[in-house]
Amino acid sequence: MEVAKHWREAPERYRLEASKCNKCGKILFPSRLICPQCDCEEFTKINLSGKGTLVTYTIIRTAPPGFGDLAPYAVGIIELEEKIRILAQITDCNPDTLNIGDKVISKFRRMSEDGKTGMIYYSYKFVPDVGV
Amino acid sequence: MRDVAIIGIGMTKFGELWEKSLRDIAVEAALKCMKDAGTKRIDSITIGCMSSGLFNGQEHLASMISDYLGNKHTPATRVESACASGGLAVRTAFMEVASGMSEYALAIGVEKMNDVSGDKATEALATAADGDYEAFHGINFPGLYALMAKAHMHKYGTTRDQLSQVAVKNHHNGSLNPHAQFPMEITKNTVTGSARVADPLYLFDCSPVTDGGAAVLLTTVEEARKLGKQPIVVISGIGVATDTIQLCQRKDILTLEAVKLAGERALKMAGKTIRDIDFAEVHDCFTIAEIMVMEALGIVEPGQGGPATESGLTALDGKFPINPSGGLKSKGHPVGATGVAQICEAVTQLRGEAGKRQINNAKTALTQNMGGSGGSCVIHILEVK
Repeated sequence: MEVAKHWREAPERYRLEASKCNKCGKILFPSRLICPQCDCEEFTKINLSGKGTLVTYTIIRTAPPGFGDLAPYAVGIIELEEKIRILAQITDCNPDTLNIGDKVISKFRRMSEDGKTGMIYYSYKFVPDVGV
Repeated sequence: MRDVAIIGIGMTKFGELWEKSLRDIAVEAALKCMKDAGTKRIDSITIGCMSSGLFNGQEHLASMISDYLGNKHTPATRVESACASGGLAVRTAFMEVASGMSEYALAIGVEKMNDVSGDKATEALATAADGDYEAFHGINFPGLYALMAKAHMHKYGTTRDQLSQVAVKNHHNGSLNPHAQFPMEITKNTVTGSARVADPLYLFDCSPVTDGGAAVLLTTVEEARKLGKQPIVVISGIGVATDTIQLCQRKDILTLEAVKLAGERALKMAGKTIRDIDFAEVHDCFTIAEIMVMEALGIVEPGQGGPATESGLTALDGKFPINPSGGLKSKGHPVGATGVAQICEAVTQLRGEAGKRQINNAKTALTQNMGGSGGSCVIHILEVK
């Protein structure tokens, strides 16, 4: 991945930055230039709570290139408190113990790197929310 | 719009075609199609191909395929909508004829996927998902369909056995198809005895990596009559729809909205309902996809795709046969070729030329070709006139 591309996406990946439509209030992650609900083109940046519920998940056993060392690992769709959905890895747990409906919370984690001397990519992952 | 008939079909064998190049495969399918049609007149070419750039390091197929098909300086266009590229090519060729731009329009679907390693092929296919918000997080296509399968089982009680039955049925049909990549019978134990890919899916829930090409030649019904074609197979309806590229952004991840809308649009154009359709070729890239497509098209109610498959509704001798060709699962899935190959199977059935896999008295067919996790869909309705 190019440096400029990762830099451009850092606000979303590092702090879950989203957009709230100035007209209808719909929250968009990732941000867009036009609201799919009301066609408004003006937004206010917000940070998402990072707290949500597992809608569905899978355990990846045959991993795509670059993720082989991680397998088996869980990837899920999470519905956040703001009622929007996001896809992310579910980590820091035994994936076999996960269930649909589990509470999860976002964490800032290392995702991947370009070889030994290349860029390191960070992003959000989610972990079970044990309420601590 | 002018009425459009399909007067020629042609397909290569689907499989690992080590001795054949991308251009060989596209041209072989086209030549077989023209032979079947009994004419070499072509006023325009539309090529459906998902990713020759990533699979073969080759773009500019409009020039290359037209060149190797005899270099007649024919107008040519390449269209792309991931795994729905083939269906989109047929639709574009249809519009050429219907609009009067072409009298004879050739649509070719092609993909040569085995010129790169398995990892590279996986990466190429992953570009049909959202690169920044899906693939970046370590999910691949089996994973995305696994997310749907898990939720489908949770909400509707769809069983692991029902998923397996889709593969068992399609491999049975494929065993009767000389073009199929994996023409062998399997059992439910074959599926759950294969490698685990992404829970709850196994390797045998997934369509394979395939090289292959397919072509159809379209003209007006009037021209088809002049050529003495009998029976005349027409395209009476086409529907296309799109949806969010990210699975998680759909209103309901268990409703393939693009399939539902494309189906409604195609049926409306043809003046039909789903009850008028005799059989369908659908995009079973994964077993769960066939179940969800049945539900989106209204063949069964939401949640009933699994039980209906188990009861034999969609078997070759069932009330609503699905994927008589063996589907993507057994016939193979050269992504850009798949949508065109579905039309080839539908025409073969409607002509009554499907041999051991022939559906009795088939007069009306539906083909459903889908991109990504359901982000795009192209549906055709074919009829015997």
